[in-house]
Amino acid sequence: MGSIEQRNQGDPRPYRRACLIMGVAVGVTGVTFGVFADAASFDLPRIVAMSALMFTGASQFAAVGVISDGGTGAAAIGPALLLAARNTLYGPVVRRVLPDSTMVRLGAAQFVVDETTAMAAAQADRQDATGAFWLTAATLWLSWNLGSVAGATLGAVLGTAETWGLDAAFPAIFVALLATHLRTTTGRIAAAAAAAIALGAVPVSAPGVPILLSVLAVPIALHAGTHRRRSTDRDPGSETF
Amino acid sequence: MSWILLIVLVAGCYALKALGVTTLGSVIETKLGPVVVLLPPALFTALIVVQTFDEGGALVVDARLAGVAAAALTTWRKAPLIVVVLVAMGVTAGLRALL
Repeated sequence: MGSIEQRNQGDPRPYRRACLIMGVAVGVTGVTFGVFADAASFDLPRIVAMSALMFTGASQFAAVGVISDGGTGAAAIGPALLLAARNTLYGPVVRRVLPDSTMVRLGAAQFVVDETTAMAAAQADRQDATGAFWLTAATLWLSWNLGSVAGATLGAVLGTAETWGLDAAFPAIFVALLATHLRTTTGRIAAAAAAAIALGAVPVSAPGVPILLSVLAVPIALHAGTHRRRSTDRDPGSETF
Repeated sequence: MSWILLIVLVAGCYALKALGVTTLGSVIETKLGPVVVLLPPALFTALIVVQTFDEGGALVVDARLAGVAAAALTTWRKAPLIVVVLVAMGVTAGLRALL
């Protein structure tokens, strides 16, 4: 929370530009979702319902992918929910930036996804973290839904997302948002351990599982951190939300 | 996909999100406290690894890795996010066009 004194001197909402960039990337990905779902014979009401109400991209792509490969609707449920399970793990992170109100938490829950959590967690103070969560939530919900409808109605006119390197845009955004968490030794150990766990898990587990398993990096980092703590190290709770 | 199954999916996805910010999140917060700040570096590093190397359940080194490496370099050099993203996309798309 060290930057509270500084926050009013610069941009009062320093996360706005990042939020806009993310909105554009998510909107374009929404178009590819709409095209993909339309090609898998999902009608417009179903596509709109998925993007507006499921609102978790990886699960939507997984569900449509199962149908597209000739699977049944019931077979699509498991893979989609497994990919959505990481949103549960984001809960404790987002909870810290929300007021102590069950109604607000239940309303915010719909928007707890990769991007909103990463944006909130990358802010230096709590007020920015809360603002970043809600602005990202609103921007992404709009851009994801507009993109989905555009893709479903206009069809494949833009070439594939891969042609434009869009598949590299998301890990790039998360790399940028990760930087603030690598300032502490325990944060760096957690990241390194999580990378090793995910690399090991990808070939041997179902989609979604490697990210769930990466929580094991937290106790590893804590254990290693207590053995390696130096006087210069800050408390792991002091840097970010 | 039937509407019934779609409603099941919607309800399941929401329930997983809500569980994290309510009951389960409260338990984790009480039991682990400040350790919660170690969740983002762990979860987002795993997400980056999956988005960079996973191709249908196999580990693959392709143009994405060059893009993500460029993103890491530009982030380290404190470039603005728009530069990080455009460089990553450009490197990945450019390499794909060449290969």
